[in-house]
Amino acid sequence: MQEKTFTITNETGIHARPATQLVNKAGQFSSDISLEYNGKSVNLKSIMGVMSLGVGKGSEVTVKIEGNDEEEAMEAVDQVIKEGLGE
Amino acid sequence: MSASLTGIAASKGIAIAKAFLLEEPELDVSKKTVDSAQDEITRFKEAVQESKHELQVIKEKTLQDMGEDQAEIFSAHLLVLEDPEIMDGVSSKITEESANAEYALSEVANMYVDMFENMDNEYMKERAADIRDVSKRVLMHLFGLENTSLATIDQEVVVIADDLTPSDTAQLNEYVRGFATDIGGRTSHSAIMARSMEIPAVVGTKEATDTINQDDLLIVDGLEGRVIVNPSDAEVQEYKEKLEQFNRQKEEWAKLVNEPTETEDGHTVELAANIGTPNDLDGVLANGAEGIGLYRTEFLYMGRNELPSEEEQFEAYKEVLERMQGKPVVIRTLDIGGDKELPYLDLPKEMNPFLGFRAIRLCLEKKDMFRTQLRALLRASSYGKLKIMFPMVATVEEVREAKAMLAEAKEELQGENIEVSDDIEVGIMVEIPSTAAAAEIFAKEVDFFSIGTNDLIQYTLAADRMSEKVAHLYQPYHPAILRLVKNVIDAAHKEGKWAGMCGEMAGEPAAVPLLLGLGLDEFSMSATSVLPARTQLRSLKKTDAEGLVEEAMKCATADEIAELVENRGFIIQ
Repeated sequence: MQEKTFTITNETGIHARPATQLVNKAGQFSSDISLEYNGKSVNLKSIMGVMSLGVGKGSEVTVKIEGNDEEEAMEAVDQVIKEGLGE
Repeated sequence: MSASLTGIAASKGIAIAKAFLLEEPELDVSKKTVDSAQDEITRFKEAVQESKHELQVIKEKTLQDMGEDQAEIFSAHLLVLEDPEIMDGVSSKITEESANAEYALSEVANMYVDMFENMDNEYMKERAADIRDVSKRVLMHLFGLENTSLATIDQEVVVIADDLTPSDTAQLNEYVRGFATDIGGRTSHSAIMARSMEIPAVVGTKEATDTINQDDLLIVDGLEGRVIVNPSDAEVQEYKEKLEQFNRQKEEWAKLVNEPTETEDGHTVELAANIGTPNDLDGVLANGAEGIGLYRTEFLYMGRNELPSEEEQFEAYKEVLERMQGKPVVIRTLDIGGDKELPYLDLPKEMNPFLGFRAIRLCLEKKDMFRTQLRALLRASSYGKLKIMFPMVATVEEVREAKAMLAEAKEELQGENIEVSDDIEVGIMVEIPSTAAAAEIFAKEVDFFSIGTNDLIQYTLAADRMSEKVAHLYQPYHPAILRLVKNVIDAAHKEGKWAGMCGEMAGEPAAVPLLLGLGLDEFSMSATSVLPARTQLRSLKKTDAEGLVEEAMKCATADEIAELVENRGFIIQ
């Protein structure tokens, strides 16, 4: 299993466009991908799930990935977050 | 006997036509036990599939008819239908409770609707409407009902509905003369659509669907926010006259479309519009702008994975220049960085992006990228009256370097036997205080200035306009801003150059008289502000405005200045 923690630094947190990008990227992999925040865990392939977390600026989130393509998936998620969502 | 309903006037105009009642079928979503959960899940998945096909078609149509922004809504709808939480949620509810798909879907959808509606964020609340709209579409399929009744309208009608969802408004055709709804406000989706389609609408009548029957004759008065049901002959006559009067008023505005922007004492200024893409030109031309004061080229670079090619840029610039038919078009070179990022450029993260690596600073570093844009601009220059503007200039060296690159690109093109106009003005956007303060030096180097007030204000007052805590310091009427703007305009005129303004301030009714008095030559604003600004300017005298500026220069605070303009009666109603 792959696990990594990120700090979300962009102004609007994970809302709207960032959430869509993240979900679309996650959907390209077969592994199970979850996003944890504030004690709650949701499916990162679900736009409803991701937005329901209400992740704001400065939040720490953890991504957990398990499956065949977990390494590639983590790399891709890492890149999306770094490009649009954090540092 | 006629009845009358009142609501919110959402879109101007008057429509007289028969009612087309958009009936909300009573969908029975009560729980029933099914024999085979597997069959039920299959039935549900088929309904989802059909809904997806329908949404693809609507999305395409909307994209063609209304553009990308409106079509975006249906991308969001498709994403909901692909959401594993919702789809799996429905399937497991069917399996666990041997429940019917209709019940399972409405339960799951309602859960998310409740959740999003209770969030204190406008964006999230809108998502609740999306889920409701999408789940209704799937439900209709589950019941074997048609989703497309609005598209079949083939005679003049007024549509009456509880509310019009994005799916509904996308299907409204030219036979729809207006509409009235039970719910909604001035900024609800239906109201916005009515204004963009330019059909009269009254929303929030509360009881339109209860009071009105299919085929009732209706008058929708989008001016006063009234709906008259089965009007008398006299009422129909009265409203026909009112409609004529409204059309005459519109014609009055239309007359101003081609009128010069001349003050009462004969001083002429240029009223231009700001655009982001060639798609914005329809509004620019319809509202009679005398030119483009700011074409933001960054949209060409955004929402994609690589830089736009020279050819692609050339086509866009050429289209704008051609359609403006020789009227001046100021094209601003790429202003990216700061809050606008391009993932594919791989720019470093900065502590203070607004004070960082952006706009001309970035372009002078990424020379290949900048050269491509300059070549595209120069190639397009022979199709109209092009003026090139460099953004975020802080030093004279930057101007010289950018101009040298432009000259180099021109020579290169001429070497390739490509025609380039000999009459291209080159100017800078004045948005950094150093440039505004030293404007007299810059005026010798350029053909024009355009003042970008949004950034100029935040840099001058050192107040981030996005930060709530310091929002009160973002003061367009601060005495320092007035002085800087005056300095820029005076410096331009001293060198025989012109000065414009392309920030939000240029279209503000309170700012217009001050800017006129300061001698601003060109006012560039959103297209819809052009006609009101022209009306205002035509009612002013430049000499009065100069007197106003003299008094304003004695004021100590932004509030005093704003009050002064108001109290002197320079703002029309």
